[in-house]
Amino acid sequence: MKYKVSIGLETHVQLKTRSKIWCGCPNRFGQPANTDICPVCLGYPGALPSLNREAVRLTVVTGLMLGSTINRRSKFDRKSYFYPDMPKNYQISQYDEPFCTGGHLNINVNGGSKRVEITRIHLEEDVGKSIHFEQSSGVDFNRAGTPLMEIVSEPELESPDEAFAYLTALKQVLLYGDISEGNLEEGNIRCDINCSLRPMDSDVLGSKIEIKNMNTFRGVHRSLVYEIKRQIGILDNGGVIQQETRRWDDDSGLTSIMRTKEHAHDYRYFPEPDLMPIVLTSEEIDAMRSAIPELPADRRNRFAVEYGLPEYDAGILTSDRDLADFYEAAAKISGNYKAVSNWIMTDMLHYLSEEGIGIDKIKITPEALAELVDLVVQNTINMPAAKKIFRILLESGGKPTAIMEDKGLAQISDSDSIDVFVEEALSSHPSSVADYRSGKKAALQFLVGQVMRLSKGKANPRAAMESLKRRLDSGDPGN
Amino acid sequence: METGTRQNTEHIDVSYVAHLARLHLADSEIQVFQKQLDHILQHVHMLTHLDVDHVEPTAHAMPVENAYREDDIRPCLSHDEVMDNAPNGRGGLFIVPKIIE
Amino acid sequence: MRSLNALPVHELNQLLQNGECSSVDIVSDVISAIERVDDRIGAYLDYDGEHALKEARASDERRSNGCQLPLLGIPVGLKDVLNVRGMACGCASRILEGYTSPYDAYVVTRLREAGAVILGRLNMDEFAMGSTNENSAYKPTRNPWNQDYVPGGSSGGSAAAVSACEAVAALGSDTGGSIRQPASFCGCVGLKPTYGRVSRRGLTAFASSLDQVGPVVRDVRDAALLLEVIAGHDRFDSTSLNIPLSSYRDTLTGDISGMKLGIPKEYFIDGMDPDVKKTVQDAIDKCAELGAELVDVELPHTEYAVAVYYIIATAEASANLARFDGVRYGARVDGRDPLDMYGKTRAGYLGDEVKRRIILGTYVLSSGYYDEYYIRAQKARTLIRNDFENAFGTCDALIAPVTPTTSFRFGEKGDDPLQMYLGDIFTVPVNLAGICGISVPCGMSGSGLPIGLQIIGPAFKEERILRAAHAYEQATDWHNQKPEIARTAGMS
Repeated sequence: MKYKVSIGLETHVQLKTRSKIWCGCPNRFGQPANTDICPVCLGYPGALPSLNREAVRLTVVTGLMLGSTINRRSKFDRKSYFYPDMPKNYQISQYDEPFCTGGHLNINVNGGSKRVEITRIHLEEDVGKSIHFEQSSGVDFNRAGTPLMEIVSEPELESPDEAFAYLTALKQVLLYGDISEGNLEEGNIRCDINCSLRPMDSDVLGSKIEIKNMNTFRGVHRSLVYEIKRQIGILDNGGVIQQETRRWDDDSGLTSIMRTKEHAHDYRYFPEPDLMPIVLTSEEIDAMRSAIPELPADRRNRFAVEYGLPEYDAGILTSDRDLADFYEAAAKISGNYKAVSNWIMTDMLHYLSEEGIGIDKIKITPEALAELVDLVVQNTINMPAAKKIFRILLESGGKPTAIMEDKGLAQISDSDSIDVFVEEALSSHPSSVADYRSGKKAALQFLVGQVMRLSKGKANPRAAMESLKRRLDSGDPGN
Repeated sequence: METGTRQNTEHIDVSYVAHLARLHLADSEIQVFQKQLDHILQHVHMLTHLDVDHVEPTAHAMPVENAYREDDIRPCLSHDEVMDNAPNGRGGLFIVPKIIE
Repeated sequence: MRSLNALPVHELNQLLQNGECSSVDIVSDVISAIERVDDRIGAYLDYDGEHALKEARASDERRSNGCQLPLLGIPVGLKDVLNVRGMACGCASRILEGYTSPYDAYVVTRLREAGAVILGRLNMDEFAMGSTNENSAYKPTRNPWNQDYVPGGSSGGSAAAVSACEAVAALGSDTGGSIRQPASFCGCVGLKPTYGRVSRRGLTAFASSLDQVGPVVRDVRDAALLLEVIAGHDRFDSTSLNIPLSSYRDTLTGDISGMKLGIPKEYFIDGMDPDVKKTVQDAIDKCAELGAELVDVELPHTEYAVAVYYIIATAEASANLARFDGVRYGARVDGRDPLDMYGKTRAGYLGDEVKRRIILGTYVLSSGYYDEYYIRAQKARTLIRNDFENAFGTCDALIAPVTPTTSFRFGEKGDDPLQMYLGDIFTVPVNLAGICGISVPCGMSGSGLPIGLQIIGPAFKEERILRAAHAYEQATDWHNQKPEIARTAGMS
């Protein structure tokens, strides 16, 4: 039978704040265990939470970027469950009055675009981290109290590819808005999946299977491929899917059962008495709105129109906010939009992936790239020389003109100097001269190559070709 | 009476609730608590006589809003001080029986 | 002259200022009182006399250098719910065995800034749950007036210590009457400030939306003095309000002529102890004599208050006490897995009353019961708040008993917790409404037990109830009555 797949994602995003959500401990990764902690994030007797204003701002900005309704009134609730990494054995979260409701995210799949509805966005606290040993487990509470934003999508994703595309697009938005470091290795973005199948002709959603604690996009994709296959196997054999929570094992590539519906938690939500409700004024929301950057999709469209770039190039250039900023700065200085794009799309991205670094680590400035483009357009340097200079700019920075002069890479365009190389090429290769004159025009390219070789690459290839043609066609043998 | 309100069903499933609250009670304790708590719930039942359909709930004693802290770093506790309080601390971690999900 | 340990703080301040005594003298007297009577009273869980004397010497040194602070060199006892850096904070529970606090509660910081000497930890009902101090995991505290009787609770240690002259002043906490009721049972003055007047940071939470720290002292002037020290906005307690403080002592004019005092008829119920009824009535007459205008008011939802309170308080407590799990601090019983460890640790180290309330609170929040109990209680809480708001439309403050009875014998209430809870009927409404209330001694029962008068004021109008209480107190002599044991404690 054919089935329709419905996937919803609950994405947990660690926010980029200086301090934790309820206390002044630093919000950072990689410290020695249990050092970034205080009575509040350890759940000591008498400790009280105190809400970090920046965490609220980042949550609201995310909502604005995703087109959510920002709720004028929000509150926090306690969600009770016992777990060793949970300091208070309740998590402060938001139950029925989150900061943001609704919204959507546009994703690109198989060359098309799809709008995925967002259900809600709320703010909560992250928990500690457990480390498992042979006989026991150990808990590090450094992560406890990291501001964690949860973005819940509607179950509108229909394939593992769409889920992957959703996460990719979401990450892009989060990076654009400077909401999160977005570092998957450090657990900045994690998600829970829910996935259900139903026969193509049915309108009723099937039983929901939840897969918890995914921390790579690839893992999400793989687990969904597995899970959909598993469920189809059961349904095709006349089986029934029971609502349950499963875990993914990345090594074995399998999901396995964690708990059934009967063992679902009773979270006993109730309003957090230690924190007051948040009421946002329209002035506050407007101020946050004015500070949000242009979104990736909008910028891609604008790049295509404003700079006349192909959709594909615009997409690549806007995939990363820093990259897009770099392009735009260089393009504006240079005015030669296409040439600037070509340099970035080919040599620069190649270099970045070769070195495994981000645009923020690169030495070249947008001014330098614009200047380089200008040198090529002005025929001051030829392409091989430009590539040499570009490499130096990438590795060490500097100014193209200075590098050109320093390395003697200026192009030779004056006819007197060119003629010296042309004459030497003609006299050294009489057979090529004869070939050309007998109609084998390809010999011309060979002779241009010889001029370039003799000039150590500095000759202006067009000037060399013109000089060669003039002499070959006029019958002047040069000897 | 609101929908979902049951009459005279004031009876706590003490062993279930004790499990939720992570209290391993002895059967004798469950019996004692059962009687006492059922009695308390009988008293609490009087609240169903109140008409509260159009009453807003009070969650906080004082109706204030927007208590924020600025995003500033403040000193943490010393690691040793924290670990001195740990019933079982080793290698800088709080050790617990092996977690089985 | 009476021994220093029997004097109110404001008189000690006078003596200190005049050079008639030193802080070392005061602390020494208090310590010797503890040594003489506390084995019979059981007010202290722990105290460090040596350290207190060291601090007293340092205070005397500072004073000789011209330092002037409102509590310089005054020893203060703290209910065991307050965190003090380097000290245990056990909430009279075995589950916090081994816990040393790494931080000072906000009120402790304020006490230190005011120059106070932190003397020791006072006994209480475990996690402030109880009205008798019988629920202390360590020992019961006894009523200084008759040691067969309970001191009240949960701040029973604070009230007994002040009453028996083992402390000159103490802090307690009041969630449903835990300051006012023991103050009434022991013949002291106890103030529950408005919710949000005093920071709760560092106060181990019982019910977060009801808890407030307040003074347990000898007279109203001391209550005003202590409140001035501990009150104020704490930017790290979201529920603490930024409302300007009064100079509470300046409002103690002794003049209440024209003040409208409301008498809530629901606070004079059938089955009340006749001694309490009569004594409080006499006190009300006294206020009228002093020029106060008496008006009858209604608080029609009073009868629901105990039910509302025991739903809201236990619900909040069930979450607040979930942190006592044996992972990060305190006691632990090992188990096969974390679940097993939690269950054994919590069942093994928490007392019966605490377990009972955790179960009730967990139940009222659990799936299927939340609307029926918790939401309904929150709505009824609104009605109780409205009652007070309406009453304060026609009067400045309310005047009423603190409890329906005087203190009772240990074990007298048997094993029916509901009977005990119903004794909170006149105190819990104040916490539910978040307003302020004070208990002042207003007489003695036929069996020689103190009776308290409760004056209740609107939110952030502490100066008003302090003024009324002070005027009444100064017109009577009840606050100067001392139990027999106070003589043993060094009262000459």
